[in-house]
Amino acid sequence: MDRVKRTLSPYLLVLPGGLWLLLFFAVPMATMLSLSLQEGDIVNGFVFTGHWQNYVDSISAYQTQLIRSLVYGAITSVVLIVLAFPVAYWIAFYGGRKKATYLFLILLPFFVSFVLRTISWRMLLTDDGVLLHPLKEAGLLPADFQILGTATAVIAGLVYSFLPFMVLPIYVALERIDPRVVEAARDLYASPLTSFRKVIFPLALPGVFAGVLMTFVPATSDYVNSELLGSSETTMIGQVIQAQFLSNSDYPTASALSFTLMTVLLIGVFAYARALGTEDVMKVAAR
Amino acid sequence: MTRSRLGRRDALRLGGLSAMGAFLAACGVEGKGKPQASVAPDAVAKFWANKTQNGKLNFAGWPLYMDPKKPELKKFTQKTGIQVTYDEVIQEMAPWFAKVQPQLSAGQSIGYDVMVITNSSQFGQFRDSGFLAPLDHAKLPNYAANAAKSYANSSYDPGNVFSIPYASGITGIAYDPSKIKEPITKLSDLWNPKYKGKVGMFRDVQELGNFGLLAAGIDPAKSTETDWQKAAAELQKQKDAGIVRNYYDQSYVDALGKGEVWITMAWSGDIFQKNVSDGTNFKFVIPEDGGTIWTDNMAIPVTAENPVDAIMLMDFLYELENATTLAEYINYVCPVPAAQAQMRKHAAALTGEDKEYLLSVAESPLVFPGETEYDRLHYYVDFNTAEEKKDFERVFQPIVLG
Repeated sequence: MDRVKRTLSPYLLVLPGGLWLLLFFAVPMATMLSLSLQEGDIVNGFVFTGHWQNYVDSISAYQTQLIRSLVYGAITSVVLIVLAFPVAYWIAFYGGRKKATYLFLILLPFFVSFVLRTISWRMLLTDDGVLLHPLKEAGLLPADFQILGTATAVIAGLVYSFLPFMVLPIYVALERIDPRVVEAARDLYASPLTSFRKVIFPLALPGVFAGVLMTFVPATSDYVNSELLGSSETTMIGQVIQAQFLSNSDYPTASALSFTLMTVLLIGVFAYARALGTEDVMKVAAR
Repeated sequence: MTRSRLGRRDALRLGGLSAMGAFLAACGVEGKGKPQASVAPDAVAKFWANKTQNGKLNFAGWPLYMDPKKPELKKFTQKTGIQVTYDEVIQEMAPWFAKVQPQLSAGQSIGYDVMVITNSSQFGQFRDSGFLAPLDHAKLPNYAANAAKSYANSSYDPGNVFSIPYASGITGIAYDPSKIKEPITKLSDLWNPKYKGKVGMFRDVQELGNFGLLAAGIDPAKSTETDWQKAAAELQKQKDAGIVRNYYDQSYVDALGKGEVWITMAWSGDIFQKNVSDGTNFKFVIPEDGGTIWTDNMAIPVTAENPVDAIMLMDFLYELENATTLAEYINYVCPVPAAQAQMRKHAAALTGEDKEYLLSVAESPLVFPGETEYDRLHYYVDFNTAEEKKDFERVFQPIVLG
């Protein structure tokens, strides 16, 4: 009896979560995959015809936006590493007893709605806004200078939106470094720079890795920043998918694009994992 | 009179609209007289049989489409005892359709008994999917008596089988006179290289396509796919030259307010509201070579739980006094021609600024357009099939999603 219980219990424990995943992840995914291979329209209905052409058509029509999204996502991740590492480093090593407070401050903006925060950026960066207007008046900027509507604005917005997701994992990785390891490096006559380069940074890499996972994927598929801060020259694939789903009710094209984006991201993430030589993506991400 | 009314009067004066002079009361939208939408002859009787008054109803409206104090709805409740819940839940037509479509397809109630839907392509989607209840005109005596007759011939719903108008509006050009000194009169002003990077266009493909067609000298309602290509080329030229700052949804008002654009495609009522609420001085013009007119319509979803209460409210809003006060607030094109005289009467009973304001609304060509305006206004491109609509989107969508 006990043995039966013991064999069954892991399955029973996984059941609630498993059912949840099945119902709210697997089923919608399957539906979407099926939709991406259908033909038809919203009034007369969509019929499954195994129409792979949907993929060819949608990718050829929107490859610019797809590539642009990946580029924006990559730039965002790199900028985030550069910005977040010093912050995480400082909190981990010099934060003292106030570490929790500093982390809380990093998270604080997240108590305000994502969209609202992006709209605030819009207000800051707008042509005649509080930031640019005085500079233009003072003659420091040409009258037709603009940030809003450019790639810079979109990437800046993305960086701002996902900053904590880079700071926190790097902080966790740095926090775990045994101070004695650093001391040992010093004892062996490593300069501060060398000990950072040879000891601290490699040990923090899993954090950077997790940070990229947590920012690259959402940044690439984000559409709010580009929608509110960009222009028709900065359209990202998320906006295209949104327009196809909600404005055109063209579900097959939207589904095909969503699947393409997911596939590209998965391949990208695994390639990145391989390049970094990390044995198990999930293990690192879960830390 | 409330304080907001005073503000509105100022806006009218600042906007220079009252200066446009008086126009004939020719309130109404002429249709193209297409054949009646086909409905089974007994569909009306079948739908309305066994339907009873339930004493409540839910109204799905758009923002800024009714005085926030809802005086008309209060009057309605007083008179009939029917409680009305009014929600401003519709912001854009396409997402609204996408949102309610699954429920309607499944034959479930969407929680609303009346909804205000525009005569855009989604109207056709609602109609053709069988999502709209056929109206029992025996229950709409005020509509029959007071609505402009031309509404019965609308191309999207001939004979008002499924809908009656709530208000109409005009798509034209708005600009900031503090940035643009010369008067704006023509569509080609949106293509003027002088305003490079300061021009706003609409993201809605139907609106955008219409303006492209009009700029190319083509009547949207009579256009073919070859014309669409021509129009798209015009719009692409405008985009490639860097003239267009962005393609906007409702946020164009904000962009105009922040100096992001100086001149933009615009909806008539919005510019009013902006001038009122922010004390701005933007101008709205109907281009000499054409603008478009659209109509927002009240319709009852086929799965409505309180259709009898809903149709009673629809008719109530067509009582002359109610139609008048509604138009006095929303300042969009009024579907009841007699409301103009009624509004003048209301104005005569007032004094000073309030009187001036109300008179200016009554005389505004944007609320009661005259022949001069109607001659310049065009209808949307009509799609006969879903395939046609898709083709249209394929032509114009890439411009927006560059």
